[in-house]
Amino acid sequence: MIRAAILALVLTAGAAAAQTPADEARARALDAEIRCVVCENEPISQSTASMAADMRALVRERIAAGDSDAEIRAFFADRYGDFVLLRPRVSAGTWALWGAPLALLVLAAFAAASLLRRKAEAGAGIGEDAAPVPEHDEDR
Amino acid sequence: MTAELGGFLLALSLVMAFVQGGLGLAAGWRRDEGLAAAAAGVAQSNAIVLLAAFAILVSLFLRTDYSVAVVAANSHVAKPLLYKIAGTWGNHEGSMLLWCLVSATFAALLASFPGGMGRTLWSRAVGVQGVVTGVAIAYTLFLSSPFARLDPAPLTGKDLNPLLQDPALAIHPPMLYLGYVGLSVPFSLAIAALVEGKIDSAWARALRPWTLVAWVTLTIGITIGSYWAYYELGWGGWWFWDPVENASFMPWLAAAALLHSAIVTERRGSLASWTILLAIMGFGLALLGTFLVRSGVLTSVHAFAVDPKRGYAILAMLAFFVGGGFALYAWRAPRLSEPSGFLLVSRESALVANNVGFAVATGTVLIGTLYPLMLEAVTGRLISVGPPFFNITFGPLMALLFIALPIAPFLAWRRGDMKEAWRWLQWSAYAAAGMAVVTLALLRGPFWSAVGIAVGVWVLVGALLYAWKRAGSFARIAALPLAFWAMTAAHAGAGVFTIGAAVEMSFRKEEAAQMLPGQSVDFVGRRITLADISTVEGPNYTAQRADFRVDGRALTAERRFYSVSGMPTTEVGILGDVTGDLYIALGAPAEGSVGPAAWTVRLYWNPLVHWIFAGAGLMALGGALGLVVLARRSRRRVVAAEEASPA
Repeated sequence: MIRAAILALVLTAGAAAAQTPADEARARALDAEIRCVVCENEPISQSTASMAADMRALVRERIAAGDSDAEIRAFFADRYGDFVLLRPRVSAGTWALWGAPLALLVLAAFAAASLLRRKAEAGAGIGEDAAPVPEHDEDR
Repeated sequence: MTAELGGFLLALSLVMAFVQGGLGLAAGWRRDEGLAAAAAGVAQSNAIVLLAAFAILVSLFLRTDYSVAVVAANSHVAKPLLYKIAGTWGNHEGSMLLWCLVSATFAALLASFPGGMGRTLWSRAVGVQGVVTGVAIAYTLFLSSPFARLDPAPLTGKDLNPLLQDPALAIHPPMLYLGYVGLSVPFSLAIAALVEGKIDSAWARALRPWTLVAWVTLTIGITIGSYWAYYELGWGGWWFWDPVENASFMPWLAAAALLHSAIVTERRGSLASWTILLAIMGFGLALLGTFLVRSGVLTSVHAFAVDPKRGYAILAMLAFFVGGGFALYAWRAPRLSEPSGFLLVSRESALVANNVGFAVATGTVLIGTLYPLMLEAVTGRLISVGPPFFNITFGPLMALLFIALPIAPFLAWRRGDMKEAWRWLQWSAYAAAGMAVVTLALLRGPFWSAVGIAVGVWVLVGALLYAWKRAGSFARIAALPLAFWAMTAAHAGAGVFTIGAAVEMSFRKEEAAQMLPGQSVDFVGRRITLADISTVEGPNYTAQRADFRVDGRALTAERRFYSVSGMPTTEVGILGDVTGDLYIALGAPAEGSVGPAAWTVRLYWNPLVHWIFAGAGLMALGGALGLVVLARRSRRRVVAAEEASPA
C-alpha cells in the first residue's frame, strides 16, 4: 500500500501553510474575515478562486513578517479597499453601524421599563391571594 | 394559445382581487352581510382563477415551450421532470405568480374560516387581503408577466441554474413564500382591527393561527435553504449572513415576536397596540425581503439603477402598505385601551423581555443588511458587513433572550414567583455551568463557545424541567396536553439548535490534501483512502466521481459539469452520525503536475451539525403542534357557540 505521499497537508493547492499551528489558526481566522474580491460574497477561506488562494498566501506572508491581526486587516484594506473587510472597521462612516445594536437595546429596554412600571402600578392590587389566571383556558 | 389564456386569467384575477377588496371593506362599513358573503365568494373563486393561471405556467414549463420568454430563459428540454416543475418558481416572473397564488389562497382560507372573529372585522380583513393580493397581481401583470412571448421563439433554452437543480431547492422557495405571504394575513387583520377601532382577545385569538402558519413555513423554508447550502456549496457552512438569508430571517424574527405578543394580547389583553405594530412590521419585512432579493440592489446599488422599474414598484408597494399601516396606527392606536395590570415578576413581563430581544435582534439584522447599501448611496463608499459583525452583535443579543426563555413558563400570569421558579431552574443552571467548565477546561474551547453551549443547555434542560413540573411525576409526562408539548418542542428545539451551533462553530476542523487514487490521509482519527476517480454521465451533466473508503465504509464525492449552462457544481460526500459529519468535497486536479494529476480534496469535520437542523426541525414541529391545538380550540368554540345559540 502506498503510504500517504501527500502529507503536505495544505489548505489548497499552491498555498503553503503558516509555519506554526498557532500561526495557521490565526491565518484561518483572518481568512474567514477577508472577502474574496472576485467572488460573490465569499470570504477567501471558502473560495476556490485562484485569486482567493493568492490572498490566503498573502495573509500567511504577513503573519510570517510579524504583522499583528489589525495590521494585516489594514494592509488588505489599503490594498483592496474597505470592501474586503467582512468585519467593518470602526470609522467615521461606521460608528453608527457598530453603535446601533446597543442603542436599540437601550431604547427598547427603556420603553419596556416604562411599560412595566405602568403595568405594575395598574396591577398594584394583585396580592398573593389573587385568583390565579389558568394556564390555558381549555386544555386537552 | 395557452400562454395568452394564462395572461387573461391573471388580468381577470386582478379585477376580482380589487372587487373583493371593495366588497369586503364596504361590507364592514355598511355592516352588510350580503356584501360580506359576496366578498368571501369572490375571494374563494379568485384562488381558483389564480390556481388555473399557475397550472398553465407549469404546463408551459412541462412542455418546454420556448416561445414563452420565461421558459426559454430558465428551462431546457433535457432537464429532469422535477426541475421542469420547480423551474416554474425558480425565476422572478414565475415566483411572483406563486406569490399572488399564495396570497389569494390565504384570502380564500380567511374567507372560509372566520373562526370566532366578529363579522365586520372578518369582512374588512378579507377586503384588505384582497387589496394586498390585487397590488401583487398588478405588479406581476404589468412589470413581470410570466406569460410574455418571444418572437421568433429561440431553438433552445438557457436551463435552470444547476445549483438550483436540487430537491431541497424545489421546496425551499414555495415554503418561504408561504411564510412571507402568510404574514399578509396578520397584516390584514391588524389593518381591519385599526379600522374597526377595537382590539380584544377574540382578535388576538384569530391572529395566532395565521401567524403560526407563517412562522412554521418560514422555519421550514429557512432550514431547508440552510441545509441545501450546507451540502451543496461544498465548504461545510450552513449560515453566511448573506443579505438574501437575512431577508428571510428578519420576517422570521418578527413573526417569532408576534407569536408571543399575541399570546399576551389574547390571554391578558395587554400589549395590544404593540401586537398591531408587529403585525404591520412583519409584513413590511416580508415585502422588504422580496425587494432585496428581487431588485438586484444587493449586488450593488448600481445594478439596481440598470433596471429600476421593478425595484421602484416594490419599494412603492412597501411604502404604501407599511406607510399606510403606520399612519393608520398613529391615528387609531391611541384609542385602544390597555386594560389589565401585572407585576414585575410575571409571565407578561417575561414575554415583554422576549419581545425586546426579538425586536432588537430584528433591528440589528436590518441595520447590518441595509447599512452598506445606504452608505454607498450616500457617500459612495463601499464597505462589507459580514459574519463577524453579526456574530459579535446578534450572538450576545440572542444569548440574553435565551437566558430569559426558560424562566417564562415557570412564572404565572399577573404575579409570578421567582423563588419557586429558581427551585426548579437551579438544576438547569448547574448543568449549564458544568458544561461551560467542561468546554473550557477539557475541550479547550474559546470563551464564547462555552457561553453558547451553556445557554443552549440552560434552555434545553429548562424546557424539560418544566415538563417535569407540569406533569408532577415522571410517569404522567405522556399525559400532558398537546398545547404544552407544542411549546416544549419549540423551546427545546431552540436549546438543541444553540448547542449545535456553538459546538459546530468552535470545534469544526478542515484540511485540504492533494491525493492520487490509491493514496490515504489521516484526518480526525480516521483513515481516508481515495479508491478511484471515474467519469459518469448524468441526465444533463457530466461528472467526475471520487470513490473514498473511510475505515472500510464507502463515500463518494462529485464535481459536476452542466453542459447547457456551462457551470460546475460540487456534490459532497457526507458520512454522518449524531456526533457530527465527515464531509468531503472534491476539488480540481492540481495544475502543472507531471504524470497522473493529484486531486485537491477538502476534508471537513463538522461536529454536532445535525443538532442545528434537528433543533430548527423541533421548532417547526412545535409550531405545527401548536396549529393543531389552535384548530381544535377554534372548532370547539364554534360547536359551543352553536349549542348555546337558540335554534
